[in-house]
Amino acid sequence: MSSSEAPEGARLVVIGASAGALQALTQILPALPVDYPLPILIVVHIPPDRRNMLAPLFQAKCRMAVREAEDKEPGLAGVVYFAPPDYHLLVETDGTLSLSSDEEVWFSRPSIDVLFESAADAYGAGVIGIILTGANPDGASGSKAIADAGGTVLVEDPATAYASAMPLAALQACGTARAMPLAAIANCLLKECAA
Amino acid sequence: MSDLIEDIEIRLLLEALHQRYHYDFRNYAQASIRRRLRQARDQLGFANFSALQEALLHDEAMLPRLLAYLTVQVSEMFRDPSYFRAIREKVVPHLRTFPSLKIWIAGCSTGEELYSFVILFREEGLEQRTLFYATDISQDALDAAARGIYSLDRMRTFTENHRAAGGKSSLSEYYRTAYGNAVLDQGLRDKVVFSDHSLVTDAVFGEMHLISCRNVLIYFNRDLQDRAIGLFRDSLGRKGFLGLGSKENIRFSSHADGFSDFARQDKIYQRREA
Ligand SMILES: C[S@@+](CC[C@H](N)C(=O)[O-])C[C@H]1O[C@@H](n2cnc3c(N)ncnc32)[C@H](O)[C@@H]1O
Repeated sequence: MSSSEAPEGARLVVIGASAGALQALTQILPALPVDYPLPILIVVHIPPDRRNMLAPLFQAKCRMAVREAEDKEPGLAGVVYFAPPDYHLLVETDGTLSLSSDEEVWFSRPSIDVLFESAADAYGAGVIGIILTGANPDGASGSKAIADAGGTVLVEDPATAYASAMPLAALQACGTARAMPLAAIANCLLKECAA
Repeated sequence: MSDLIEDIEIRLLLEALHQRYHYDFRNYAQASIRRRLRQARDQLGFANFSALQEALLHDEAMLPRLLAYLTVQVSEMFRDPSYFRAIREKVVPHLRTFPSLKIWIAGCSTGEELYSFVILFREEGLEQRTLFYATDISQDALDAAARGIYSLDRMRTFTENHRAAGGKSSLSEYYRTAYGNAVLDQGLRDKVVFSDHSLVTDAVFGEMHLISCRNVLIYFNRDLQDRAIGLFRDSLGRKGFLGLGSKENIRFSSHADGFSDFARQDKIYQRREA
């Protein structure tokens, strides 16, 4: 299957973002309809001691339901799940969500690589992985895993991203990844509604 | 998709581990097991899981090395301070009414959670009437727990957590420093029994007033979680308490109706009367 365009059988969206994440996500998530046909799993790097305000913050702006992921709950279409602070978020082959207290990866828990690699294992070509702004290389090897499994990788254009290191690392690790501005990423996701 | 051959190899490897050494990881949550097995394969220098399996079957020395990857030893003293504050402010008043107490720290790892309880109980004047059971499947972790020695650079976080948890003393009263380490006061172990016990394969061993099992169930699939929660229910006395990790819950368990919410936010449950 070609990995340069969203495969018809997209079944899951995973997103990773770090420095500048809130503004970037604000350009994408509110654009999606209440009945968006896929589950969306998101890792944002946040200090472990912060109570997670991401879900309530975005619930106020979004039409989709937005939650903090709970261990072993089914990942449902039309719902945005944020990884809780201080836990990795993974997706199982049967679509349930798992949390883990494993070691930090790139000084981060949650880690984008951990989520993306589990998504590649569980859904292969059915994954759309998105790397947004950030100042570290987390997500690069996870993006490669998604691409290797036949999935689609979209990357925020490093030229316009708040922090370019994370998009650049993902583009470098993953030859088939496509760089584009935030609005174009939102449009790509909206195409899944018609599919 | 995760490679079909790799899936077969992982299943066979976990089967070999179970049949040869009686460690049963077959029903742990898959995604995280797969990740840690890949790390083990790469860092132990095997080309694939079949090669790792062969070494495991024929060389006993492989067992502890593999187990070190399969059991995750990440812990902190007074992790999630609000949990320990709830234990102190809401659970301790109930515990005070008993002349003697049994507390079980299940999956105690390297001891941080255990010593948090012992210190809290000492501060509350309950330590002398309490027996603490600290169990894990990792012998290395249990040994480290019994030593009670932690790197000094971690004490800052532990101290902040302790204070946020309502600590009544200064954490520095409970350790001395030596060679960059914090060595816990030996007396903190006086009332502790360390023991190898698996929530997957072992049975009830006593009637508890409080069980704390944090960040262990997330590594299990739903069936195993269900077994463990049933085990906890059967191990608790009348109106005994069960505390879980901040992202764990009994919602998906068939034993959920054996418990009522006690401190909802802090994942503390109470055994219903039968
Ligand atoms: C992430 S640590 C949690 C440590 C501590 N409870 C805390 O929350 O800080 C998970 C622990 O569970 C233990 N464990 C894994 N499987 C187990 C089982 N079947 N029975 C008992 N303990 C287990 C591991 O060895 C490890 O020490």
